[in-house]
Amino acid sequence: MPPAPLIELRDVTKRYGQGPVVLDRVSLTAQPGDFVSLIGPSGCGKSTLLRLIAGLNPVSTGLITVDGNTPEQAAAELAFVFQEPTLLPWLTVGKNIALPQQLRGVPSADIGGTTQKVLDLVRLGSRARAYPRQLSGGQKMRVSIARALSLSPKILLLDEPFGALDEMTREHLNEELLAIREHQAWAAFFVTHSVAEAVFLSNRIVVMAAGPGRIHAEIPVPFAYPRTAQTRLSREYHDLVAEVSRVLRSVENAAA
Amino acid sequence: MSKRLLNVLLPAATGALFVAVWYVVRFSMGEEMQFLLPSPGDILAALHENAGSLARAALNTTQGALLGFAAAIIVSSALALALSLSSLVRVSFYPYLMLLQMTPIIIFAPILVLWVGPGLHSVVVITFLICFFPLVVNTTQGLISTDRNLVELFRMYRASRAQEILRLRVPAAFPYFFTGLRIAATLAPIGALVGDYTAGSSAGDGGGLGFQAIIFSSQAKYPALFATAAITCVLGFIFVAFVISLSWLVMHKWHDSYERADA
Repeated sequence: MPPAPLIELRDVTKRYGQGPVVLDRVSLTAQPGDFVSLIGPSGCGKSTLLRLIAGLNPVSTGLITVDGNTPEQAAAELAFVFQEPTLLPWLTVGKNIALPQQLRGVPSADIGGTTQKVLDLVRLGSRARAYPRQLSGGQKMRVSIARALSLSPKILLLDEPFGALDEMTREHLNEELLAIREHQAWAAFFVTHSVAEAVFLSNRIVVMAAGPGRIHAEIPVPFAYPRTAQTRLSREYHDLVAEVSRVLRSVENAAA
Repeated sequence: MSKRLLNVLLPAATGALFVAVWYVVRFSMGEEMQFLLPSPGDILAALHENAGSLARAALNTTQGALLGFAAAIIVSSALALALSLSSLVRVSFYPYLMLLQMTPIIIFAPILVLWVGPGLHSVVVITFLICFFPLVVNTTQGLISTDRNLVELFRMYRASRAQEILRLRVPAAFPYFFTGLRIAATLAPIGALVGDYTAGSSAGDGGGLGFQAIIFSSQAKYPALFATAAITCVLGFIFVAFVISLSWLVMHKWHDSYERADA
């Protein structure tokens, strides 16, 4: 018998009030160590799916379990990285990262060490005293990721975190994210619009379709970790990017 | 030319132009009408001549303005917090807050004197009423305009309601609060003056600038009247300068409005 999944979605349907069905009977499981990318046309409900797992919104029907609990009960094991860096502008970088620990009641003696550790992980160890406005877009996003990692989550939920960044910064941050994962074994759900990013990061890509949102296909990514900038140069990588793009296009054409 | 120098020179030039126009208008009025528009020199002379009574009046008005302003800050902050907690409370109270703002305080000033007593009491209450509205509206708006993403972040970390208010909503409302404070600061001396105009006369200590204005007006001492207005302006500038410094202290490190273009 396989181990109980870390995350399980069973026939999850979501509609807001009496509005249209956003997600229609979605079933999905993830194991520890999975890096699952969710990709699909706008309106396919991929961000909504992430918010349901996070416990930010309730499901309409169906069931989500996170490590055997409801998403609400599993709050301590989940961390969310939003599309925007969502840093508090009046707090320094260090205090922004300390915030979740303070909200959770971590003893203040332990906060400083953890804060420095996660800042070092995202290579911003020297910027603890800077204010968010002094940072570039990429740096802000790295602070946001460091903050999410500060509570040592088992599962990281990322909602298009690099969507607003330029190509170069995005690629660097992709590599950094995987490098951090070599030290911290969290599972990830990653919403993105970029096929290249999905292929580079994940071991599974879930392609979703819109109207109503549902899972169209699941594509495994066989490349071994650690992956580096070299991975992007390989033939297999390019073939898989082309394949996923083709599937994505077929979904988009069907919707049009 | 450096920007800093321009920042000084341009307003100075505008001021000089204004004074020049002033003299031209005065000159064109003809000698027998010139008493209606005293020259800046006349005003300075009147300032000097009445220095004692004007200083005492300015002190009284400052006291009234400060007390009314401070009371408005305290009460409006508390009320804004209550209003921000529930949209039902907001809906219930907002029309009456508007009503209060639309009410011409000056009509009620004479009766306020009967209610709370003449002199400082009335001045403080009228200043309070005039400063109150911009403060409560701006602060409430600030408390309910918190970035949705940040609110969700706090929900994600299961922050308590008190944590959300103290650590998120209150600091996020600072820019709005200071906007209201800046408006209220310009209104406070004027409010105190209006209060004093109707309620200061019966006070034992000689009243404030409003009462002085009544006296100078009745004696046709127009240069002294202008001097009284000038002192009220200076008072307003001091209030605003104080608020601007305070908001700089609180926000210059992090708020975008203080970001230097070359930083």
